[in-house]
Amino acid sequence: MGFDLDKWVLHKMQGEVLLHYVGEITSDKITEALTKIESNLNIKNEKNIIRKKVFNVFVECIQNLFHHVDESPKASDIENKGKFGIIILAKDNSFYRISTGNFVRIDKINIIKDRVDQVNSLSDEEIKSVYRDILGNEDITIKGGGGLGMLDIVRKTGNKLEYSVYTYNKELVFFALDVYIS
Amino acid sequence: METIIREGSPKTPYVMLDGEKGLIEIKGRSIPENSVEFYKPLIDWLDTYGEDPKDTTTVNVQLEYFNTSSSKCILDIFKKLELIYKKGTKVQINWYYEEDDEDMFEAGEDYQSIINIPFSMFEMEE
Repeated sequence: MGFDLDKWVLHKMQGEVLLHYVGEITSDKITEALTKIESNLNIKNEKNIIRKKVFNVFVECIQNLFHHVDESPKASDIENKGKFGIIILAKDNSFYRISTGNFVRIDKINIIKDRVDQVNSLSDEEIKSVYRDILGNEDITIKGGGGLGMLDIVRKTGNKLEYSVYTYNKELVFFALDVYIS
Repeated sequence: METIIREGSPKTPYVMLDGEKGLIEIKGRSIPENSVEFYKPLIDWLDTYGEDPKDTTTVNVQLEYFNTSSSKCILDIFKKLELIYKKGTKVQINWYYEEDDEDMFEAGEDYQSIINIPFSMFEMEE
């Protein structure tokens, strides 16, 4: 039995879902999502510090998809052929959860896993120091923040990144990431 | 020297680069997907300004949000200012952050630790 995308989405729709997007991640779609979050009353009524954290971390998560996702499988069940990604912002009791999912070529998954494992292995102080080292380093890619995104998420949330990898077909896996903001 | 004013947008900050007054202001949010595209003209402006800067250059940064893609561009701006400062003119960076916004306070500390230039941080009451 292969990976069931719909089932995964459904599973991640637990709690109070504030935003749910499945499709091509474009600059315009990101703007739309951010506007929607900002106008959400629950978030508006949050304490300033939480509201800003949720927004900031959401920006990093969705732009991480924008910069790094691989093309979706050209299968009939997923019609998008561009930068296909999924992002869900939900509130589970006292914390916010941002779940993202995207397809990754099998040959690239170990690099991503190693990267997340490495970020997760760092203490708060180490995160801060590695972040500064990378920021101060000249050689940052034009694409994004040169690997600062993951560090920034962990630094701002104070929580480890939780991920799962599901086999999709011979070429692709589905990479799912959960970020908690408490 | 030409003054550049950019109004803020949902993803980009209000920017003013005033060569006559030696005043630079960046306010609002900076979360574009392509930060380099947004900041390149500002960095070019600083290159030209740096050739004949005012005796004092004041830089006010008051950001509500910025993404990691912008963080590098903001550092590039500060590095240009550092060169101007090293030439012997006065340069002052003022970093404003909202009360209780630890993330923005820490971001200010990050820059303060990387660049060698007078850098003050101001907490604003809500």
